[in-house]
Amino acid sequence: MPLFNANNPIVKWVDYRLPVFSFADAHLIDYPAPKNLNYWYNFGSIAGIMLVVQIATGIVLAMHYNPSADQAFNSVEHIMREVNYGWLIRYMHANGASMFFIAVYIHIFRGMYYGSYKSPREILWWMGIIILLLMMGSAFMGYVLPWGQMSFWGATVITNLFSALPFIGEHIVTWLWGGFSVDNPTLNRFYSLHYLLPFVICGAVFVHLWALHHRKSNNPTGLDIKGPQDTVPFHPYYTVKDILGIAVFGIFFSVFLFFMPNALGEVDNYIKANPLSTPAHIVPEWYFLPFYAILRSIPHKLMGVIAMGASIMILFVLPWLDTSRVRSATFRPVYKQLFWIFVVTCLVLGVVGANPAEGIWLWIGRIFTFIYFMFFLVLPIVGWFERPRPLPAGIAESVLEKSGGGSSGDEGRAA
Amino acid sequence: MADDGVTRRDFIYVAAVGMGAVGAGLSVWPFVHQMNPSKDVLALSSIEVDVSALEEGQAIKPKWRGKPVFIRRRTKAEVADARNVDVGDLPDPETDQARVTKGRDEWLVVIGVCTHFGCVPIGQAGDFGGWFCPCHGSHYDTSGRIRKGPAPKNLEVPPHKFSADGARITIG
Amino acid sequence: MGRFGKLVAAAAIALAAVTTAQAAGEQAELKKVSLPHMNPFGSYDFAAVQRGLQVYQEVCAACHSIEFLAFRDLNDTGLTPPQVKAIAAEYTVMDGPNDDGEMYERPAEPKDRFPLTFPNEQAARAANNGAYPPDLSLVVKARIGHENYIYSLLVGYADPPADKELADGMEYNPTFPGGQIAMAAPLSDEAVEYADGTKATVDQMARDVTTFLAWVSEPTLVERRQLGIKVIIFLVIFSVLMYAVKRKVWADLH
Repeated sequence: MPLFNANNPIVKWVDYRLPVFSFADAHLIDYPAPKNLNYWYNFGSIAGIMLVVQIATGIVLAMHYNPSADQAFNSVEHIMREVNYGWLIRYMHANGASMFFIAVYIHIFRGMYYGSYKSPREILWWMGIIILLLMMGSAFMGYVLPWGQMSFWGATVITNLFSALPFIGEHIVTWLWGGFSVDNPTLNRFYSLHYLLPFVICGAVFVHLWALHHRKSNNPTGLDIKGPQDTVPFHPYYTVKDILGIAVFGIFFSVFLFFMPNALGEVDNYIKANPLSTPAHIVPEWYFLPFYAILRSIPHKLMGVIAMGASIMILFVLPWLDTSRVRSATFRPVYKQLFWIFVVTCLVLGVVGANPAEGIWLWIGRIFTFIYFMFFLVLPIVGWFERPRPLPAGIAESVLEKSGGGSSGDEGRAA
Repeated sequence: MADDGVTRRDFIYVAAVGMGAVGAGLSVWPFVHQMNPSKDVLALSSIEVDVSALEEGQAIKPKWRGKPVFIRRRTKAEVADARNVDVGDLPDPETDQARVTKGRDEWLVVIGVCTHFGCVPIGQAGDFGGWFCPCHGSHYDTSGRIRKGPAPKNLEVPPHKFSADGARITIG
Repeated sequence: MGRFGKLVAAAAIALAAVTTAQAAGEQAELKKVSLPHMNPFGSYDFAAVQRGLQVYQEVCAACHSIEFLAFRDLNDTGLTPPQVKAIAAEYTVMDGPNDDGEMYERPAEPKDRFPLTFPNEQAARAANNGAYPPDLSLVVKARIGHENYIYSLLVGYADPPADKELADGMEYNPTFPGGQIAMAAPLSDEAVEYADGTKATVDQMARDVTTFLAWVSEPTLVERRQLGIKVIIFLVIFSVLMYAVKRKVWADLH
């Protein structure tokens, strides 16, 4: 399925001067991808599309939004009520952030399951974590912009995390605020940075894909690509599969967008920010809840902040904590169990984060915070004693094995 | 497309590409339409002005759609001036009668934006007793028509109508 | 999922169920109200919105503003432009400055928003014994329980139980968190006389004003759902088609 004719004189003329056609061919068309990628591998492209959706809707919102403490809330309501399709674009942006995180979290868990962080993809993995951190910063600052009660108090609580630092903490917080509380200067700088960060994310995504295309995709067997028998050209095989994934994910997105657009938000954010009155329950957006739970599980301010930071930073050393020579959990019976415990731990911490830090929740939070970190700490030992199941001879062989030498390889494995 | 029959496969490909293209095209519309005037802006697109207090020779300058509108209750002499010209000699030929409401001949309603580059002309000034634009020296007469200077067109007459007693003008 | 993992998941879900039930203790359980627009594909009952507007104007508006609602928005409720103009003309708004530099009052026009009841929070508190009647423009979206909360609050006034201590000037309403509220019971039978002849019971007025406030909170709900159905139908067909394409493409592989 050639998308363009390489012998066309115009194509040749342009390509000689700026190799856009060669580049597209090398990275989107003839790029060799393992032939056995399953539907879990769709979430990378879905996350990429969500980034585009966020930037497109965000640029539109910036045309109508007014970043001042007096007018921010009113201008959001202006978008919702007066601007043509403003409600659609704003709900797309608000729910799109959640969809972006859903796609990225599944993408990360998939990488962990199939050992995609292991050599030679450590820098690819790092770039992914950097993207996650940038997304978190961007999402946090974006949530402040509507200037509702949860915006204001979320900003207050999260910026106060820095006050845990000894000696310089208070100065840093004042510097972040541009004053002595969250106020107009804070809103303005958050708006500026919220506009900037998505483009930084784009840059990080570019490096992420560069590293990916340099060492090629991992795959469900975790085996290296040995030759052309193991791969298919990206187009049409994965272009059509990615579009299918995006369409199905679009249905999921649309259900939230059109029928429950406020289900993932907090009611308090429809009340204007009031610096004199804190809402009864302050909770961050759902995608921060596991980290929030870890923060609150530690009964010491500075240690809590450190634990929360460590829960993400520890991902950077995951490639070295995992000492197994086998990548994919498919062939690692013990790691597979641990992986699912880890997934459940993250979900439980999410539930804990949504509930008040008292009574039984405090203890559940502490137990699962412990399990969260233990997952990483036992990995080196697991790699040492675990006996992997026998590996297939190669990617092509594993595909043939699974389909019984028959027709197509990965039907019916719905994501 | 080969002559030896369109296969079912070809049909599916064409349908998918077509549907994708239509979907992409339709989803662009909200992103375009959001830049059109919003509902609150459109709600201001019509104003009602009370002109009962205006004496002959006086003018007011209300704002309509973000631009000044000149409402001038002209003197008999000004009306006569405006009508006593050879329309054929004007840069933008138009009779005064065509620019005012019949029976309300002393009332002139024009948008106060010079047709040259959009400055606001000064009233009761210029060589023809109408308006004078300070930016590039355009002279308008007492009917708001361009008489001298670089502006190509007469001052625009906005859609407007008088209330039954003539005390109020609805513009837009 | 591993065996241990399943066990952990089951335990966590059970715990979540137990503690959520505990947390609800402070506040009386909300009464469930069933209004046409609360159905996922439903639309607003605009006759009820119009009645609710009347209740708002004659009862709520004494204390509560509705700052994001413009008179022209009422055109969407089935009122005609002359009716909307007449409703607007009952209010005065501040405009200006005029040529003398003075602000002046004039009758409201459809383009204007409903004027604020109090100029600021301090004035509102001063006039209401220290309590702040919240703006109602977004109230249905801004309360846990949404329509059910508003309805339950309006019909929830009762005599306090013997052991309940009420602060000075406070009323007993178990729907309100904490059980005491500064707002006196706003609705009583026949508090308004409906133009369409509907009998103005407390329950009826509570439903109507809840419908009205839901519409004010989310005026684009109907448009949103209609577009949503189209988008989802489109995406489902497109997904099926892409699945067929994907099968065809991948069938070539072996």
